[in-house]
Amino acid sequence: MAVPQGKLSWMYETMYRIRRFEERLLEETAKGNAMGVAHTSDGEEAGPTGICAHLEDTDWISSTHRGHGHCIAKGLDTKGMMAEIFGRATGLCKGKGGSMHIADFSKGMLGANAIVGASIPLAVGAAFTAKYKGTDGVAVAFFGDGATNQGVFHESVNLAAVFNLPVIFACENNGYAQSTSVEYAVPVKDIADRATSYAIPGVVVDGMDALAVYEAAGEAIARARAGEGPTLLELKTYRYHGHYHADIPHTYRHQEEEDIWLAKDPIPAFEKIVGEQGLMEASEFEAIRDAIEVEIDEAVQFALDSPMPAPEELYTDVYVEYSNPLQGLR
Amino acid sequence: MWNTQTRSRASANRSLSISGIPTQEIHTNMTTASKNPLGPGFDVPGREERYRDSFQRTLRDELNRDENVYIMGEDVAGGPGREDQGIIDSWGGPFAATKGLIQDFGARRIVDTPISEAGFLGAAIGSALTGLRPVVDLMYFDFIGVAMDQIISNATKSRYMFGGQTRIPLTMFARSGGGTGHAAQHSSNFYSILAHLPGMKVVVPSDPYSVRGLLAASIRDDDPVMVCNHKKLINLSGFVPDEEYIIKLGKGRITREGTDVTLVGMSWTTEVCNNAADLLKNDGISAEVVDLLSLSPLDEDIFLESVAKTNKVIIVDEDSPRASMASEVSAVIAEKAFDLLDAPIKRVTGPHTPVPYSRDLENLFLPDEADVIATTKTLLGE
Repeated sequence: MAVPQGKLSWMYETMYRIRRFEERLLEETAKGNAMGVAHTSDGEEAGPTGICAHLEDTDWISSTHRGHGHCIAKGLDTKGMMAEIFGRATGLCKGKGGSMHIADFSKGMLGANAIVGASIPLAVGAAFTAKYKGTDGVAVAFFGDGATNQGVFHESVNLAAVFNLPVIFACENNGYAQSTSVEYAVPVKDIADRATSYAIPGVVVDGMDALAVYEAAGEAIARARAGEGPTLLELKTYRYHGHYHADIPHTYRHQEEEDIWLAKDPIPAFEKIVGEQGLMEASEFEAIRDAIEVEIDEAVQFALDSPMPAPEELYTDVYVEYSNPLQGLR
Repeated sequence: MWNTQTRSRASANRSLSISGIPTQEIHTNMTTASKNPLGPGFDVPGREERYRDSFQRTLRDELNRDENVYIMGEDVAGGPGREDQGIIDSWGGPFAATKGLIQDFGARRIVDTPISEAGFLGAAIGSALTGLRPVVDLMYFDFIGVAMDQIISNATKSRYMFGGQTRIPLTMFARSGGGTGHAAQHSSNFYSILAHLPGMKVVVPSDPYSVRGLLAASIRDDDPVMVCNHKKLINLSGFVPDEEYIIKLGKGRITREGTDVTLVGMSWTTEVCNNAADLLKNDGISAEVVDLLSLSPLDEDIFLESVAKTNKVIIVDEDSPRASMASEVSAVIAEKAFDLLDAPIKRVTGPHTPVPYSRDLENLFLPDEADVIATTKTLLGE
């Protein structure tokens, strides 16, 4: 599947934006600017990029605790994201969600979700809406290898298969559920094999290769849009940092293993392939990288300059019509 | 009998500082001494109708009213996948709540699911987040447990944690309560577990009239609402207006006016309180019955105002007592109306046990009229 020229530079820009956003986020977390926990996905950028390259704002994605990459690939504003993680009033969720609950419904982003597996049926529901309303919209559920051991994963895939819904189950298999290896916790060789139980296609993809993901996702999404039902995509990938910012991954994985995956870094790999094919010049990559550096600096500055939420925000947004405010006992 | 007249007069000077809302506001004057929940003088065309029929009529009205409303759940049709064999409506769920709907609204809007409560409730929430208005049949109230993470983590928190970007116009309904031999896993009433959750609304209709108004209000509401249908109410009949109406969520009503004691009921226990109040009259005791109708939001004003009048209160809740709605109502009264009480707050509840199967044991579990009458007489010093 040939990638249109404009899409190629978008893919590079998106992967680099995710990478730098998260690297900078770790720095800002260490400085205490970002409150709470940060689960980074650096190393996994090719997956959301190759998939979301096919999506419009009217398509939906659901996401996980490790969701910055999904957000950026779906077009969310990095200023609003950074401000959200900094707990500011200008954040995409007014500072009420944080890193693990970033959402932007105007972009078709149903929200990052910090209960493993819990967001998968939300994407099924979004696909249900598309079918109910007769649009050609699709939904993508992003989740990790660990989520495929949750009952709700199996219930969701079964439901989508029974209802023949336009949904793509995108499993980012990064080898570890927190510290538990996929070899230990999953008895099948490939998570894609789990699709056979639900009589839907299950496809293994090199999750470090954005072009391979683009091609596999393109087929799955085209099938979904054509009313041919769901697909399970397994993206074999790796997270370069620990489970969260303070995690020390060498307590459960070896440097040798990390080195193998570092050599497959999706960003230089993309530069190499696209550059060798003469589809993008070195200067174009450089210009994109420079622009992203400026953008991330601006995002951090925007977040730092933004106000904290007003105290009354504690009580709003619980109900649409907040008819019975119980403001706590003091 | 304890001298309530004197005490009441003595209490009359004590005032309760709350913003009173007339109980009439929910639809009209609910005060009645008869079985007719609307009382004499409520002059609208209507009919005698069973609770289940009133419930289904309302579902039909709302399906007709809004194309985005659809019904999802196990056996809501019962066999739509066997249309080629001429079977599309074999059951319609327990108590036939949705029987016949698929013929009129089709499989697109009356959606049978596999037995996957977490999966289909999660999908319903996803559809609510993207513009539909799902009405989910969870069958038995106890089955909430299977789908609980979707309720706790997605339905009730999405609006808040996403900074108010979204609405979750989700209605769930289920058959609750004991008294029908369904045993421990099909008879629960743990309303307080749901009412505890910020973001959740819970309603407890108590007759064919209130289920129609509360169900319509729930489906039209933009927040998640749980509608609890007590199994002992489902086949009871009562007067239901022909017109469409809603009962505002978070508003209770007075079903018996009285001066000596306030009986607070919810769902089936409102029926118990009404019957007890009628029987207490024979002993010269005037009991006021407050029917909560909604547990979250909770109409605090209506029972605080009643307590201001009677100075004594008994909360009747079929659930087990620990951390129950009876406990919550008690806490509100103790906190906001302590000075108005002439006697300790009393709770009449089930015991701290699961609901037993054997009829004799189950009857022992369930709070009934005799329990309410005995507690009232003890409270009044008789």
